[in-house]
Amino acid sequence: MRARASADVAAGEAILSVEGVSLAFGGVRALTDVSFDVHKGEIRAIIGPNGAGKTSMLNVINGFYHPQQGRITFQGRARPRMRPYEAARGGIARTFQNVALFRGMSALDNIMAGRTLAMHSNFFFQLLRYGPAMTEEVAHRKRVEEIIDFLEIAHIRKVPVGRLPYGLQKRVELGRALAMEPRLLLLDEPMAGMNLEEKEDMSRFIIDVNNIFGTTIALIEHDMGVVMDLSDRVIVLDYGRKIADGTPDQVKADQNVIDAYLGVAH
Amino acid sequence: MDILYKIFLDPFVQMGAAPDLLVQTLWEGLVAGVLYSLIALGFVLIFKASGVFNFAQGIMVVFAALTLVGLHAHGVPAFLALALTIAVMYGLAFSVERFVLRPLINQPDIILFMATFGLTYFLIGLGELVFGGDPKVMISDQLLLPRGAYEVKMLGGFVQFQKIDIAAAVIAAIMVAGLAIFFQKTRIGRALRAVADSHKAALSVGISLEYIWVIVWFAAGIVALATGIMWGARSNVSFALQIIALKALPVLILGGFTSIPGAIVGGVIIGVGEKFGEFYWGPLLGSGIESWLAYMIALVFLLFRPQGLFGERIIERI
Repeated sequence: MRARASADVAAGEAILSVEGVSLAFGGVRALTDVSFDVHKGEIRAIIGPNGAGKTSMLNVINGFYHPQQGRITFQGRARPRMRPYEAARGGIARTFQNVALFRGMSALDNIMAGRTLAMHSNFFFQLLRYGPAMTEEVAHRKRVEEIIDFLEIAHIRKVPVGRLPYGLQKRVELGRALAMEPRLLLLDEPMAGMNLEEKEDMSRFIIDVNNIFGTTIALIEHDMGVVMDLSDRVIVLDYGRKIADGTPDQVKADQNVIDAYLGVAH
Repeated sequence: MDILYKIFLDPFVQMGAAPDLLVQTLWEGLVAGVLYSLIALGFVLIFKASGVFNFAQGIMVVFAALTLVGLHAHGVPAFLALALTIAVMYGLAFSVERFVLRPLINQPDIILFMATFGLTYFLIGLGELVFGGDPKVMISDQLLLPRGAYEVKMLGGFVQFQKIDIAAAVIAAIMVAGLAIFFQKTRIGRALRAVADSHKAALSVGISLEYIWVIVWFAAGIVALATGIMWGARSNVSFALQIIALKALPVLILGGFTSIPGAIVGGVIIGVGEKFGEFYWGPLLGSGIESWLAYMIALVFLLFRPQGLFGERIIERI
């Protein structure tokens, strides 16, 4: 099913390009001279063994980390030392490996928090819940309810997320990212710790987000089956270096990748 | 037997014998409690949003009151001085974020806590340099705060309600209600709660931590100003006033560091407990009971509810 889309986006324009990025924490080199791009409308996977630098890469893209070298261009603009909220403002949303939700708030409030940037009405009107603020709140609420329906979590919208099972928390987190109406969605291990059924649901949501909303997605995943089914193109990292980049079939056949995953005799 | 009678029975006999005094004590305890709540609220606001125990809250109270009085002494009309003081508190919040918090981002909590010590001494120095160290009188009349008292005949005696106490209670209630609405119902309030829950998640949805920190420190500054006016009107404005911040500590232990309702209820419990202790048990134990009783109450409380009345229970995963 992804094959057709792959052909379309392979030649597509780059929404994000990463050139020669190196990141070190003291003496530890997390990323060394990594370059790749993400095309508009594709699902791009980043894979690699543990400690390969996948999450660091995501953190660099959305501004949590600032690389010592290299350049990141998002939508034609290169920004040095971009802060996370600037990334969010530019249209980059993300989820986290170990769910980072606002635990004290309901699922609905969590997803509403994703609309923070889109709301502009006057503070005093908000305080009084009057006039334009009310209209705005209602409009955003409508959008959020659509996302809730899309993710099939209507039954838990009033529940504080701290009380939800892990699989649903991940779904709420995805909802919060979607509420930002991102141009680029970064997913850090969206299926980690899920059972088979939850994985299938999540895969379906990711494909639907990509197809229906046309959102470009970059994701990190460990489950090879999932990665090969979902993604248009795959980049493989090992010890902070890029060792392969291409379609799932190309990557699967790459000797470097096989060595990295299975180990190689020295 | 005599001592047991004096501790466990006699105070209650006295309460029953003079109900008007009981009401008077209760009222004074409530007012003191409301003012303690106000100080505790300043701590809670900052602790919630940035996880920092702000040691400088006490001196912020003094600094705000000094600025207000000092400006008025230089011929600025009272309400203009009030507006200017609010602007100064905003400037303070902005500078604290820019020069103290931002360079220390991601440092351990203890470092931030120590930084607020530094801030305390900086503010003491700045306050003395600009306004001088001598005690000043709060400009309560110019700010149209009432003076005098109502005497109400009840329960076979008279109970005295100071008008300034009533005003303090009303203003504190309004501030608390305002903050509650602010936290629950506005976009910024939602962002504040988000930051309190998870810094990285808040960043990922585009909330600027810098901006939120300026807002909470500003809100804490406003609370400090209100506290400074009320305490200043009851005694006077001097650097000794920062000691009252220590009174907020048992309130916070009781109420929990992260809970606004906790700060209020805790403040009232401490205030009332203190006044009752002072009035009914004080003569028995000698004077000075009010300086330690609050800590005693908090200590006993800690034994049974370490997380405070409304604090979040911390379950550590192991």
